[in-house]
Amino acid sequence: MKDHYSLVIVGAGPAGLAAAVNAAHHGLDVALLDEQPAPGGQIYRAIESIPAERSSLLGAEYQRGSELVSVLRDSSIEYYPDTQVWSLNRKLEIGLVCSNTAAMITANQILLANGAMERPLPFPGWTLPGVMNAGAGQILFKAHGIVPADGVVLAGSGPLLLLLAWQYLHAGVKIKAILDLTPVHNHLRALPYLPRALLAGHYLMKGMAYKKELKRAGISTLHNISELRASGREQLESISFRQNGRQHVLETELLLTHFGVIPHTQLSRAAGCRHDWDSSQQCWRPQLDEWGNSSIDGILIAGDGGGIGGARTAEHAGRLAALEALHQLAKIDQRQRDRLGRKDRKWMREDLHVRPFLEAFFHIPGKLLRVPDDGTIVCRCEEVTAGEIRMAVANGHSDSNQVKFQTRCGMGPCQGRQCADVVENIIAATGGDSIARGGHYRGRPPVTPLTLGQLASLYPEEKE
Amino acid sequence: MLKRLDDNPEKTVTVTIEGQPVEVPAGETVAAAVLASGIGYTRTTPVSGSPRAPFCLMGVCYECLMIIDGQPNQRACKEYVAEGMTIERQHGTGVLQT
Repeated sequence: MKDHYSLVIVGAGPAGLAAAVNAAHHGLDVALLDEQPAPGGQIYRAIESIPAERSSLLGAEYQRGSELVSVLRDSSIEYYPDTQVWSLNRKLEIGLVCSNTAAMITANQILLANGAMERPLPFPGWTLPGVMNAGAGQILFKAHGIVPADGVVLAGSGPLLLLLAWQYLHAGVKIKAILDLTPVHNHLRALPYLPRALLAGHYLMKGMAYKKELKRAGISTLHNISELRASGREQLESISFRQNGRQHVLETELLLTHFGVIPHTQLSRAAGCRHDWDSSQQCWRPQLDEWGNSSIDGILIAGDGGGIGGARTAEHAGRLAALEALHQLAKIDQRQRDRLGRKDRKWMREDLHVRPFLEAFFHIPGKLLRVPDDGTIVCRCEEVTAGEIRMAVANGHSDSNQVKFQTRCGMGPCQGRQCADVVENIIAATGGDSIARGGHYRGRPPVTPLTLGQLASLYPEEKE
Repeated sequence: MLKRLDDNPEKTVTVTIEGQPVEVPAGETVAAAVLASGIGYTRTTPVSGSPRAPFCLMGVCYECLMIIDGQPNQRACKEYVAEGMTIERQHGTGVLQT
């Protein structure tokens, strides 16, 4: 690895791959850093190594990734797998660790394409072994061919739940129930966006086809579910929930939940990029212009890390950001940039037609976001409950960083990834600052844990 | 709770999970191997000692911290199995072995 590149891209999912290929195609020296051992991101995870049989169970959208990855393999791009980025600053210095050795490199342009994570949404019992994110279930399936053995309950709200159910169905997994926590009145909320969504109707068609197939297979989807609760001693034993005023209990040792995805902003926040609260996507997203420029010169962001748009939009945004980097580096002029980006911009706009509808349809109700039950753990690391957070707010701590200092909520190893948004929602609902004003947890490097030995490896000359 | 679709993988390695030798497919993450082995919880929390297991499997939740080859605080979802690897539950705060 060199210590300087014209362009460094963080993340080898659809956005990072498309950007790297586009930039290298125009002769730029590009380093592509990725934490996984193989390219594809979470969406196309294990795309190069997956057995054909399993790949076919995952569907055509997944298989699409193999083309992106093969283009990377045929290119001159310096690709560094197993590389974790733990620091980024406005001087465009990148701290990374690879093979247990840390390094600092610099770049003229940096593109963050580090994707999304699942929206953490605490409910009673969500910390029990046996409760996992639906995305975790999908990763086990994609990358390892591991599926539920004795049945599974899927619960939450969002397209991934449906996709995973469909994939499980094809793999012969017993689905005990799908619990849909989407409020029925979301249908009304989404209705005004339907005409525009029909312009990207293939997404809706696919969703309906999945639903139909699941129904035909006799898998019951229970709608209008609330008060989800997981119970068990050392391991999940049962779940309970309310439907139409009636309480139900279901025995299961595996529950996979999903409440949508949000941008993973740990690195962009550590760098100091400005972020805004997006009330439609119900998450923070970095401020970006139409080419992906963040509020810091030289830092671009593309893909779901910049706002949720899905895999196809990520590819387009990646290519557009690469053009912008080329333009910033004077490899192409503004007119070339605009001309070369025209198609991607058009396709991206078409792809995004479905988003406002999906965002309204799968809008997470405020009641869920602010964790009604005082006893529910919000901070999984430090075991801080919703009640303790409310108590801190009642004691006059009205912004999230104050609550963090007061309660230790967010001071554990995950650095607030799982609790920050929840804390802000609780504060906003308890009479503190609104989410947009209350601000987000400050991000600081190292954004992933680093051993002292790894840190010391930055200065090999000082070794004895 | 979980099973492998292909129970006859081409290449395997032998790791030790909580003292038990287990043959697992090469290329698996430690978290996947541990989940498939059915040992249940993979750590206890430093605050209340309650049992936890992998939750997100993509490196963001830090629930899967385990002791791998004697090193505490390793994200099991980010580490890959290797021949002879020892994998242990982490009880409470990770302590460096000296």
